[in-house]
Amino acid sequence: MKVAILGATRGMGRALARRMAARGDHLFLLGRNSEALARSARDLEARGAPPPVSWARCDLQEPEGFEDALDAADHAQAGFDALVVSAALFATQEELEADPKRRAALLAANFANTVQLCELARVRLLARGGGTLCVFSSVAGDRARKPVVLYGAAKAGLSAYLEGLDHRFRSQGLRSVTVKPGFVRTSMTEGLAAPPFAGDPDAVAARVLRAIDRGDPVVYAPPIWRAVMALVKRLPRAVLRRASF
Amino acid sequence: MRELSGWGRLPVVEGREDVAEELEPASIGARLSRGLGRSYGDASLPASSADRIVCTRRADRILHFDPASGVLRAEAGLSLQDIHRIFGPRGFASPVLTGTAYVTLGGMVASDVHGKNHHVAGTFGAHVRALRMRVADGRALEVTDESEPDLFRATQGGMGLTGHVLEVEVALERIESPWLVVETRRAEDLDALVDTLSSESRRWPHAAAWVDCTTRGRGMGRGYISLGRYAARSEAPSAPPRLRERVAVPFDLPGWVVAPWSIRVFNTAFHHLHRNTGSRIVSPQPFFHPLDFVRHWNRLYGRRGFAQYQCVLPHSSDGRNVQRFFEVLTRLGGASPVSVLKNCGPEGRGVLSFPMPGISVALDLPFRRGHTQALVDALNEVVIESGGRIYLTKDALTRPEHLRAMEPRLARFQEIRRKWDPDGRLRSALSVRLLGDAA
Repeated sequence: MKVAILGATRGMGRALARRMAARGDHLFLLGRNSEALARSARDLEARGAPPPVSWARCDLQEPEGFEDALDAADHAQAGFDALVVSAALFATQEELEADPKRRAALLAANFANTVQLCELARVRLLARGGGTLCVFSSVAGDRARKPVVLYGAAKAGLSAYLEGLDHRFRSQGLRSVTVKPGFVRTSMTEGLAAPPFAGDPDAVAARVLRAIDRGDPVVYAPPIWRAVMALVKRLPRAVLRRASF
Repeated sequence: MRELSGWGRLPVVEGREDVAEELEPASIGARLSRGLGRSYGDASLPASSADRIVCTRRADRILHFDPASGVLRAEAGLSLQDIHRIFGPRGFASPVLTGTAYVTLGGMVASDVHGKNHHVAGTFGAHVRALRMRVADGRALEVTDESEPDLFRATQGGMGLTGHVLEVEVALERIESPWLVVETRRAEDLDALVDTLSSESRRWPHAAAWVDCTTRGRGMGRGYISLGRYAARSEAPSAPPRLRERVAVPFDLPGWVVAPWSIRVFNTAFHHLHRNTGSRIVSPQPFFHPLDFVRHWNRLYGRRGFAQYQCVLPHSSDGRNVQRFFEVLTRLGGASPVSVLKNCGPEGRGVLSFPMPGISVALDLPFRRGHTQALVDALNEVVIESGGRIYLTKDALTRPEHLRAMEPRLARFQEIRRKWDPDGRLRSALSVRLLGDAA
């Protein structure tokens, strides 16, 4: 498989890219930080990805650069089969309420710009008969909850978009895989108190890779979150007004 | 803030580790680096809860590997377990293997670790070509034995007190197969054990002895010796060895479970389970890392934790240093469920590197208030008298005056530290306890 990944330098994206490298997938890295991209490219080559693993700058906050980044990926890979987007911004609800700039940046990056990037990739994939769009959304998008009102709203929009893609284009060969991680111990969540069933990036990566191979439209990771969210989605408003989670 | 401790869970302190995927920025201004926290005592703990310490375990990228020479360069958080997993199938192994594979490259340098093959391979530092370090003044430097010999050597076994190790370049060992040919020898007393260990070490690259230290009198120090070498391609099974699924200790056992009586039962059973064997082919994990089969095994000791104790006793003219040590240990009732003896080779180049020619003894001591401190004091006095030294990576209870008495090398180490860190920015709970750093 030829995969372009935005977010492979860190956290779950890093773990997923390593699993792909270990089985010999061709990788192309997209990200913000050139130094980190270069180091991760060398790491993935050493772990089995066919060399050279190339990279290009791509920032979810700079949508004007998306076409160039996808051009670079297509050029290096003679057309990628899959685009993985594991990158996103993160901030706590309190931080987002207090800081309008940060709020605007997060809502734009995690929803509007991610969708823009997926649309550009969709056109390219459909033109060559299909492929996979694997995008990291969140369980926070499944039901509005007090600690993730803003972050969750952007993720809810993203999940809805990805489901729509699946309905509209699956018959044409475009498979969308929506990843809904629960709490996973990564540098993004470092310092937050870990709830029960906190996951580890490599276990999430193993599930995501299986979902990509099988074309599962939605994957919860760790898997317990599917049951947890099924319950949370059914909770009455009166409960969620009082609950702190 | 959360509770931090070494593997022995003695002591436990409040602190915060900054778990970083990118060490270059995270190490700026940090006062200590920490890997997987497998040193037993206080070596990886902050001196104060206000000290920022960097945890390297997510900084584990491989930066270069040359299959022709076996030279690997990686970020400091790459674990030995990952080195096995990634490079084993390509015909390479770490030249030095610790009792657990859950250690990082940076930790292996800071402790200048040794393995069952110390008598032939030396310490890990002997195979390290270069380090990239963040030193106390904020600079990031490439450090080799040519560019900065003092810093390079003081960092090997320097317990992280000379600077933050960011990257490690080390030569891996080429192996024909990851499988091992092993044999076992049983010994009925300490003299026989030490003799067999010494003589078999001349024939086998990997050798260590397990000792029953609960039996007194004639059977004192009975045990068995485990010997191994990598199998040649023609001897090895064609399938790669599988990593065994691990069982876990799910919670802290009550403190009374590991007690002198249960340790005696365990040791007796363990002794009778082992016989002299001919050659067998085994997978590397149980041979090199027997303790890794049980996850969270430190919970066996309950909340109170345990002290590891490891010393090396040089060969004396009468050849009785080990016997004297075990006499004191058994007289004071220092029951240890797992006691390991190892024949050490020549001293490494690390300024504070632990091994020296002689017999190394490693013990687990379940913590008993009042008793364990007195036991460690008594053992340290035997070590001082015999001209040996202790392994700082294991230590939690040694007194500074005892360390000074057994370590004439301390002055040199402190001199190098002062040169590279005149303001005393790098410190740990261990350096405050033993080296006189400001608390």
